[in-house]
Amino acid sequence: MAIIASVALLITEHQSHKLDSLRAALSVVVDPLKYLVDLPTVLIEQATDAVSSYSTLKKENTQLRDEQFIDKTRLLKFDSLEKENIRLRALLENSFKLGEQLLIAELLSINTAPYENIVVVNKGTRFGVHPQQPVLDANGVVGQVFRALPFSSEIMLITDPNHAIPVQVNRNGLLTIAVGSGQLNRLNLPFLPNNADIRPGDLLITSGLGGTFPSGYPVAVVDDFTPITNKPFVNITATPKAMLDRNRELLIVWSDSSPVSLSTPASNEKTPAGERSETNTADQSAGNELTRKTPAAEQPGTAGNQPAKSGLTHKAPATEQPKAAGDQPAKSGLTHKAPTAEQPKTAGEQPAKSSLTQKAPAGAQPEADLDE
Amino acid sequence: MNNYFSFGRIILTVIVAMCLRITPWPGFLTDINPDWVLLVLIYWALAVPERAGIFNAWTVGLLTDVLTGRVFGQYALTYTLIIYCCLILHKRLRQFPLPQQGLFIFFCLLFSQMLLFWLKNIQQPTQLHTSFWLPVFTGTLCWPLIYTALRRVRLSRRAAK
Repeated sequence: MAIIASVALLITEHQSHKLDSLRAALSVVVDPLKYLVDLPTVLIEQATDAVSSYSTLKKENTQLRDEQFIDKTRLLKFDSLEKENIRLRALLENSFKLGEQLLIAELLSINTAPYENIVVVNKGTRFGVHPQQPVLDANGVVGQVFRALPFSSEIMLITDPNHAIPVQVNRNGLLTIAVGSGQLNRLNLPFLPNNADIRPGDLLITSGLGGTFPSGYPVAVVDDFTPITNKPFVNITATPKAMLDRNRELLIVWSDSSPVSLSTPASNEKTPAGERSETNTADQSAGNELTRKTPAAEQPGTAGNQPAKSGLTHKAPATEQPKAAGDQPAKSGLTHKAPTAEQPKTAGEQPAKSSLTQKAPAGAQPEADLDE
Repeated sequence: MNNYFSFGRIILTVIVAMCLRITPWPGFLTDINPDWVLLVLIYWALAVPERAGIFNAWTVGLLTDVLTGRVFGQYALTYTLIIYCCLILHKRLRQFPLPQQGLFIFFCLLFSQMLLFWLKNIQQPTQLHTSFWLPVFTGTLCWPLIYTALRRVRLSRRAAK
């Protein structure tokens, strides 16, 4: 009887997803065990926190502040660049995907399957996690959600042999696919012809093809390789940017799947602020506009920003205040917040609405030219 | 009343075994982490066959599937088959000295590992690592330990009776 039942289960699960709810129900029973096993690690961490000395904290604080300062400065130009990018894309009649929503998940230190690169994190469907969501860390792409349970979810790392991620070479846009090797420090690029324009040290970023991963996040750096002339394909490997074996905190990403409509950039920009902002209340906007970020540089800042108050929404620290202040103008356009340094903008907000040209100091001139 | 009590012991040990199963061991210990849940189940099947039946084994197997994120029924099937063998042979096995029991356990674990591999291979072609078989050996070596420990648990129950 039991044998028949289990064989039936095996077959059903293999064919369909009908058993997902059963799994979710059962996982409620066993998930406490995962947390129980994880408990010592958490306790040790807390104990370390508790006894860490004033000077250490102070040092760390200074360091973080420096880092944040640098990141903020880098972000200054980001806003205008992004806008410029949107406008250029509009010229090409191309749509542009906007921001992503992030959720910090913490790794549970448990080991479920010894020979697979699958990890378990402490956020599940109760936080809105769903399968196939991309997962990042401060340095790059980590993997994707493989199975979401109510209180935890399993994440398949990009290095899993069953995982492949569409990438492109940052230098020249060459598209290819990176396949996991089973080792945490290596990805294979099996589909490149021998004469492909790829060099050791090239950065691979997500290409956004396939729809699972948002485009533009760093994935890996190409290792040294020697071209073999008598074979059609080269054997190239790459080292993942993300610290797959060291990080405890991961970011689960909701990519905003609806691209911003770009009829004509001008008309879009000129839509009176009121029209859009009516629909969004202030805090919605906070929710919608979650961080859109330069991939690598800024995430440490976000991670430090911790609270993830509502669970999901999580803003880049820098952008928050000015946004709240300059709410109206920001929303009218294709949603862009002014990073901190843009005080001038908030001040001169009325004029800003009518014309485009009034952006962050740095990017202003070229943009104006473009529009006319 | 007493039924519930002893059943509680079984559940508790199974829970501990499940925890051991998913504990991240440092370094190579991860590779040789034996299937604690199965060992505990075998012990209970030999010691109190009237309590640890096939259905219980199946349930525990199902929970292990969920816990370790396998396809549903994989461990359920394996555990059911092995516990069935144990239940049939339990009278004979109890008479065996520990080393001989160990041999039986060795074959049980080997069989379970083979079954797991086979089931996995049906779903998708899998590469077999040599260290895949190591848990069988460590499991066998752990058997005397588990045997004595669980015997203690069981006898303390009897004393409490």
